[in-house]
Amino acid sequence: MTAPISLKGSPLHPRAAIDTRASLLLQDPRTKARNATEKRFRAYGLSAIVVALLALVWLLVSIFGNGLPAFRQTFMTIPVTLDAALLDKGGKRDPADLSKATTVAYGKLLAASLGAEITAKGIDLGGMDAKALAKMISEESPATLRNRVLADPSLIGTTINFTLLASGRIDGYYKGRVSMESAALDKNTSPEQLAMADKLKAAGVLSTSFNTGFMTMPDASDKRPEAAGLGVAIVGSLYMMFVVLALALPIGVATSVYLEEFAPKNNFTDLIEVNIANLAAVPSIVYGILGLSIFINFAGLPQSAPIVGGLVLTLMTLPRIIIPTRAALKAVPPSIRDAALGIGASRLQTITHHVLPLAMPGILTGTIIGLAQALGETAPLLLIGMVAFVRDFPGAPPEGLFDPASALPVQIYNWTQRGDPGFVERASGAIIVLLVFLIAMNAVAIYFRRKFERRW
Amino acid sequence: MKDQRLETRVDTQTIKIEARKAQVYYGTNHAIKDVDVDIMDKTVTAFIGPSGCGKSTFLRCLNRMNDTIPSCRVEGSITLEGESIYDPRVDPVQLRARIGMVFQKPNPFPKSIYDNVAYGPKIHGLTRNKAELDAIVESCLRKAALWNEVKDRLQAPGTGLSGGQQQRLCIARAITTSPEVLLMDEPCSALDPIATAQVEELIDELRSQFSVVIVTHSMQQAARVSQRTAFFHLGNLVEFGETGQIFTNPKDPRTESYISGRIG
Repeated sequence: MTAPISLKGSPLHPRAAIDTRASLLLQDPRTKARNATEKRFRAYGLSAIVVALLALVWLLVSIFGNGLPAFRQTFMTIPVTLDAALLDKGGKRDPADLSKATTVAYGKLLAASLGAEITAKGIDLGGMDAKALAKMISEESPATLRNRVLADPSLIGTTINFTLLASGRIDGYYKGRVSMESAALDKNTSPEQLAMADKLKAAGVLSTSFNTGFMTMPDASDKRPEAAGLGVAIVGSLYMMFVVLALALPIGVATSVYLEEFAPKNNFTDLIEVNIANLAAVPSIVYGILGLSIFINFAGLPQSAPIVGGLVLTLMTLPRIIIPTRAALKAVPPSIRDAALGIGASRLQTITHHVLPLAMPGILTGTIIGLAQALGETAPLLLIGMVAFVRDFPGAPPEGLFDPASALPVQIYNWTQRGDPGFVERASGAIIVLLVFLIAMNAVAIYFRRKFERRW
Repeated sequence: MKDQRLETRVDTQTIKIEARKAQVYYGTNHAIKDVDVDIMDKTVTAFIGPSGCGKSTFLRCLNRMNDTIPSCRVEGSITLEGESIYDPRVDPVQLRARIGMVFQKPNPFPKSIYDNVAYGPKIHGLTRNKAELDAIVESCLRKAALWNEVKDRLQAPGTGLSGGQQQRLCIARAITTSPEVLLMDEPCSALDPIATAQVEELIDELRSQFSVVIVTHSMQQAARVSQRTAFFHLGNLVEFGETGQIFTNPKDPRTESYISGRIG
C-alpha cells in the first residue's frame, strides 16, 4: 500500500492541481478556462461561416440581379413586304444579283415597314423620320432578314411577319437601364423613340419575351449588345471539355495506376511525385504560355481553336486528376489486392477487375472537379488567341475542333471590356450560364460517386 | 478438445514443398534465418510461434505473395515438386494458381457470392461455358461447406455474409483453381469459436485433397487440425516434427517454454 498522494503544497501551477475534495458541481478554474477557449473557437468558426454565406448571397444577388434580364429580350413583330423591285433588281432570283442588295437596303425596308405598321395601328408618327425609326431597330435585324432572303429567294415578293430585335436602348428602357432623362442626353436614342416604343407595346407590336438567342446566337459587335449571344462560346467550351475529357481522363488514370501500382519507389519516382504536386499549383497562365510555344509556335496548330484550348486545359487538368486518382487507389484496402493476387490474378487483372472499380467514385469525382475547373479557366485561353471576336460557329467535330471559337469564361471577360451598358447585363447572364454548367457538373460528380460507391 | 487428433498418423510421405536454407530479408532486416521445412502432400502443417517470429512471412514466401513488398528479398531454395519457385522463369501468377491462399481477415470481393467463387476459373480460363462454371462454383461451395447456406442467394453480395461464412467463401474461392497446396494465414483469428470449429472441420476434410499449411496463434488449434507442426522463434525454425511429438515431447527447451506458456 502506498500513501495517498497529496497535491496540497505541490510546486505545480495552482490551476494544474485538481482539488479532489471539491464538489463535482463546481467547475475548477482550469476547466472554466478550457470551456471558454472552446466556446471562443466555436464562435470564430460560426462567424467565419456567416461572413462566407453573406458574401455568397451578395455575389448571387448581384449576379442574378444584373444577369437575369439577359434572358429576356424586347422584340417587335411587323409585316414586311419583300419588294422585288428593291431587293432583286435583275428579277431573275440570281444569288449573285440578290447579294447586291446590302444590309443598308434591308435596313431602309425595315424602317419603312415599321413606319407603315405604326400608321396602320393608328399611332401618330409625331414627326419621326425614317432615320429615327431605323434607330429603334437593332442593327443586327437587317442582316438577319437579308440572310433569310438569301437562303430562301422565293420569299421575295411576299409579305412575311418578321420578328426583329428592338435596339439596345429600347431593350434597356424596359429593363430599367435607360430612362427618359438619360435618353435625352444620348445620341443613340431619344425620348420620342421611347415614347413610340411604349405606344407600340400598347398596340401589341412590341413585346418582351424569353431570349433564346442569348444561348444560340454568336457574339455581336460593340454597338449591338441586344444581338450578342453565347452560342459560339458554349460550342467552343463543349469542344474543349470534350478534348480535355478524352485526353486527361485516360492519361491521368493510366499515370496514376502506373505510379501507384507498378513504378518502383525510388528517388526518381519521388521527384516525379513532388513535381506533379507542384504542377497542380502552377498558375494557369503559365500553361497558356506553354501551350502557345508548343502547340501554336512549334506544332503549328491554328490559333483560337478549341483543340489548342483543350490541349492546354488538359495539361492543366492532368495533375488535378492524378492527385485524387492516386488517393483513391491508395484508399482501396490491400486485402482486396491480396485476395485477387492470391487466386492468381496478374497485377493488371487485379487492378482492372478489383482496384479500379473500387476507386472509381474517387476517380470520377476528381475528374469532374478537374473538368469544372478547366471549364472556368480564362487566363491560358487568352494567350492562345481564344479571346478573339468569333462570329462563325465552328464546324462539326472532328474538323470543327480546328475552327476558331470562343469559350464561356473568355466571353465573359470579353463582354466586361465593352463600353455599352448592355454588355454588363450580358456578362452577368453569361456568368449565370457558366454557374449552371458548373453546378450541373458537380451534380453529375455526386451522382457518379453515389452510383459507384460500394462497401467492402 | 479432441485430443485423439494428436495421434493422427501422417498419411503420406510425398514431399510437396521443400525449403532449404531459406532466408528472407526486409531491407537490411533478416526476418527468416536458415529455415528447412518439408511440406508433405495431403497433410496439414501448422506454423506456430509468438508474434513477429516470421511464420506469416515464411508462409507468404511459399506462393510469392511477398513479391508485392518491394523491400523483401528471399534467398535459399524453396521448391514445389522439385522445381524452384524463385526461378526467374517462374511466373508468380501460375504459381499462385497451384498454391492457393486464405488470409487472416475474410476478404471477399465486393461482388456477388457467385462472382467471388467464379473469379478464379474465369481468369485462368478453366471453363468453356456457363454450365461448367456453375458446376465448379457449386462443387467448391459444397467443399467449403457453404453451399446449403448460400445456394438460394448466389447473387447476394459476398460481403453481406457473416464473418465465418465470408471466411468459408474465401476458402471456396481459393480451391476453385484446384491448387495442390492451400496456405492459410491465421484463418480463424477473426472468427468466433463456432465459426472456428466449422473452418477447422473444413480444413480436416480438405486434407484429403490438398496439402494445407496453416499459420495459427492458437496452440490448441494447431494440435486439433495439424499432423505436423513447425515452431518458429525470432526468425528461426526451432523445431519441426509430428504434432503429437511437438506438443507432448518437445526436444528444444524454447518449444517447451512456448507451448507451456512461459514465453511468447
